[in-house]
Amino acid sequence: MVKALAGLFELPAWEAARHIRGGELLAEEYVSCFLERMEKLDGRVKAYITVVREEALKQARLVDEKVKAGARLGRLAGVPVAVKDNICTSGIRTTCASRMLENFVPPYDATVVERLKAEDAVILGKTNMDEFAMGTSTETSYFGPTKNPWNLERVPGGSSGGSAAAVAAGMAPLSLGSDTGGSIRCPASFCGVVGLKPTYGLVSRYGLIAYANSLEQIGPIAFNTRDCSLLLSVIAGRDLRDSTTLSVEAGSYDGALGGDLKGFKVGLVKELMGEGTHPAVVEALQRFAGKLEELGAWIGKVSLPILEYALPAYYIIAMSEASSNLARYDGIRYGFRAEGEGLDWSREFSVTRSLGFGSEVKRRIILGTYALSAGYYDRFFLKAVKVATMIRRSLTESFKKFSLLLAPTMPLPPFRLGEKISDPLALYMCDIDTVPVNLAGVPAISVPCGFHEGLPLGAQLIAPPLGEGRLLKAAEAYEKAAPEMFKRPPLG
Amino acid sequence: MGEKSKAEKHISRREVEHVAWLARIELSEEEKKLYTQQFNQILAYFSKLAELDTEEVPPELHVVSLVNVYRDDKVEKPLSRGEALKNAPKKREEYFEAPKIL
Repeated sequence: MVKALAGLFELPAWEAARHIRGGELLAEEYVSCFLERMEKLDGRVKAYITVVREEALKQARLVDEKVKAGARLGRLAGVPVAVKDNICTSGIRTTCASRMLENFVPPYDATVVERLKAEDAVILGKTNMDEFAMGTSTETSYFGPTKNPWNLERVPGGSSGGSAAAVAAGMAPLSLGSDTGGSIRCPASFCGVVGLKPTYGLVSRYGLIAYANSLEQIGPIAFNTRDCSLLLSVIAGRDLRDSTTLSVEAGSYDGALGGDLKGFKVGLVKELMGEGTHPAVVEALQRFAGKLEELGAWIGKVSLPILEYALPAYYIIAMSEASSNLARYDGIRYGFRAEGEGLDWSREFSVTRSLGFGSEVKRRIILGTYALSAGYYDRFFLKAVKVATMIRRSLTESFKKFSLLLAPTMPLPPFRLGEKISDPLALYMCDIDTVPVNLAGVPAISVPCGFHEGLPLGAQLIAPPLGEGRLLKAAEAYEKAAPEMFKRPPLG
Repeated sequence: MGEKSKAEKHISRREVEHVAWLARIELSEEEKKLYTQQFNQILAYFSKLAELDTEEVPPELHVVSLVNVYRDDKVEKPLSRGEALKNAPKKREEYFEAPKIL
């Protein structure tokens, strides 16, 4: 029997699901242990916006009943999952961490949530994030910032900060995030967990509240690579409700795991380790590369000068798409509506949006409107899309020589809460190593690779389109060779 | 530069007001001041793209090209009227209530 473990929360999710299916562990017990951790810790970490305690316990008991009745259960039987609060959950408030959607209760599930439920997973709650996923620190949330479980005075990264912090602190074994310009990888790096941004079109965006549709993907966050692989296997695959999904049949990535890295050619990207990179990050990355070499990989260097232009191109495209996507918030069909008597349409609309959106969201909508407006469209939006083409071509070219590219996930260790929030451009600069991946539409994973003054650092592996198996294989081989990098924060 | 001061090289306060109006976001005086200053910093950085020659480069937005994705034109269960109205902040009988247009 697997029970009475003080550290039940540390049991990998894939193993827990197996024990639950076999009747050796009660789903109720497994789910309860995360709820207890939450009660003890989340007052300090603030990873969740909404917790559905009773519903989670009810679902867990249903799983236990099914097991008793001898039913065949899914791949995530009884495994609780925390879901980023920009992914629609039927009957559970979905706020995007915005006043605008503070009371929004979706009437339907996102495709990824349907797929979790079809595999008998248990939704635990909705996690904190930067408002409308616009940020790198989870400080722009209307509900207040999430804290880094490794040091409560530091940011957890963003925008999926709550999802990464929940997994790191053992308040969920698995979580879903979304990644538009690094929003899964950045918090995974800052919180010392594994986070994967899938190939554009691998995972359905149906039910993901849009920020920049041409760039974003939903992806898994987990404490170990095998769990990350399992969660990706469940959510991946074509969806007729999202016409941008690729015609890839759902399957399992587990077959890709195991073995050494002989035959892997890994290219360290020069431009992503520029002078702005913190020395501790450079050093950790070199040790990470050394470990891959010991595992049989060949490590080379690659220079992709066009990446110097990735950050401005990314922000122009993301802001432009945001300005269009967020035009839907008019306070009529759903969302916040300003109280106003006798205001005309335009005025009521403007006041509603002024009060409903936070400072960063307004900044991006207005700049995006500017970049799309007559006279500036060619200079900004069109130019940025052309630069994205150049970046994609440059990466495609490099993959003729390398099986994977390697870079830091973040150029610096987790910074202090409040340290950068008043300087938007300084905060944007932190995304320098993550945005090229979204512009190119390729997959990437962030893996814990070291510590600096007790704060986690992350290595980023980048693969060609649909190279998720390769990313997971390399990450898992590294995890086995360097288990000391996969640690829990000392939260007590 | 004309009438623009050096700090407003890329966008003036009046332009910020205009674009914010286009986006239907009412700004406070403080926000106008802050955004004008921040937008000038950000746009100066964005202007870095002008260094690149992109004359011959096509604007492509997708990594794997998908053309004409179809699904069967089958009737599925729509949201009920009640579900569709549930999240509306103002409603009257079976309708959304909008601000006056005229």
